[in-house]
Amino acid sequence: MEVDFSLAKGHMMALTGPSGAGKTTLLRLIAGLIHPENGRITFNAERWLDSASRVHLPAQKRHIGFVFQDYALFPHMTVHKNLLFALAQNQSAEIVDDLLEATGLSQLADRRPAQLSGGQQQRVALARALVRKPELLLMDEPFAALDPEMRLQLQDLLLKLHRQHNFSIILVTHDIGEIFRLADQVAIMETGKITQFGTPSQVYVADAEPQGLSVYGEVLTCERQGEMLAVNAWIDGKIRRFMIPANLESDMQPGVTFTLNYTANNAEIRIIDH
Amino acid sequence: MGIDSQPLWLTFKLAGITSILLLVIALPIAYWLVFGKFKGRGVVEALIGMPLVLPPSVIGFYLLLAFSPSHWFGAWIEEWLGLRLVFSFPGLVIASILYSLPFMVYPIRAGLQSLPVSLREASYTLGKNEWQTFVQVLLPNCKPAILTAFVLTFAHTVGEFGVVLMIGGNIPGVTKVASVAVYNEVEALNYPAANEYAMVLFAVTFIILLLVYSINNRLLRVRQPA
Repeated sequence: MEVDFSLAKGHMMALTGPSGAGKTTLLRLIAGLIHPENGRITFNAERWLDSASRVHLPAQKRHIGFVFQDYALFPHMTVHKNLLFALAQNQSAEIVDDLLEATGLSQLADRRPAQLSGGQQQRVALARALVRKPELLLMDEPFAALDPEMRLQLQDLLLKLHRQHNFSIILVTHDIGEIFRLADQVAIMETGKITQFGTPSQVYVADAEPQGLSVYGEVLTCERQGEMLAVNAWIDGKIRRFMIPANLESDMQPGVTFTLNYTANNAEIRIIDH
Repeated sequence: MGIDSQPLWLTFKLAGITSILLLVIALPIAYWLVFGKFKGRGVVEALIGMPLVLPPSVIGFYLLLAFSPSHWFGAWIEEWLGLRLVFSFPGLVIASILYSLPFMVYPIRAGLQSLPVSLREASYTLGKNEWQTFVQVLLPNCKPAILTAFVLTFAHTVGEFGVVLMIGGNIPGVTKVASVAVYNEVEALNYPAANEYAMVLFAVTFIILLLVYSINNRLLRVRQPA
């Protein structure tokens, strides 16, 4: 692996790329869970790793929180105890209650992980990782196993907590929507190297030629409203309603499939099949 | 009961002491086998497993030699601890510990290996050291394995015969355990007495194993996700 990057304090970075590219390995290196042959990691001017001078700060001493892909909740402890376990010596337990509250887990505090849904387990993992007030939160595909609605909820929760506590985040994800929603920066990794790095717009959008938008649909109903036609069509698994000029009435009959092409200076309907 | 209960009492005392001491010894060994970074792990594992395959008389023979006061080890123990290990109860305990080592180490090792790596790593990232992680995270999640190991060791020690005979002999109240008593009674053609010892051993070990498996099934069921 050959990786070189820096992340501004309080920023959120998404790490993405094909499976086997080394994303999880990089996360574990930063956490201090594995040791590289050569390398240097500094965090806020603190040396975490410097193989040249044999500095290797153990995971326990790096100010990190780690959210594991399988959540890694302790099965024999309740939700509450999972969070209490994370307390540092002499740290007040107040933060545990605050985090339970913030993540909506107060009602579930006495349950064991096996009695929770995936989304709830994910919240526990997130809350537990924040107990020690980490300055850097490492997350390995935290929302991958959740349904889309739950994913959005938890992304919002993460944004809220991030705003409140202002820790930096490195997040492994395959979800482009998630990258745009959450990340200030994105790094694309391929076979152990970061091949692209920048803001999501720089990485994904800037170089792309404007191609416009093309959707495919099927007409359900079509009714005349003055000079226009109101079309109800089945597009992308949903019923969409839009207006088109009345002169297309003879073509846009129920059952017809069409493509709607939209570019900067033109909109065009093309009939595929009557 | 027409038989002398002393051999039975001695058997369970030996099994209890052996199991408790062995648990203390086996936990670090199992941890070291699973998580330790060293070469020659295979050699250590093979040595621990030897009692599974060697005839008890072979182990008993070498222990007899080592424990004897004419051997440096036996002489050293006798000089420094005032203990004579041949034909004595402490000798039986040490021999039983060696003889039952795999029955304690292997299940605990398997239990530790079956835990997800992320549990240990999560504990480290939460600032806990190896010891705290072992005691508070790993061990509580290996309860079924530890229970199995303890009981297998206990039952295996109850069932010891060859090693005991080699290094303990047959001294009433000191080294004459139930399995040896059965053998003696049969040699004396006293079948009813042999039967009584045998029945007690059979019943007690059966009940212990039954308890363990039902407890373990319940523990494992609790760990299944809802």
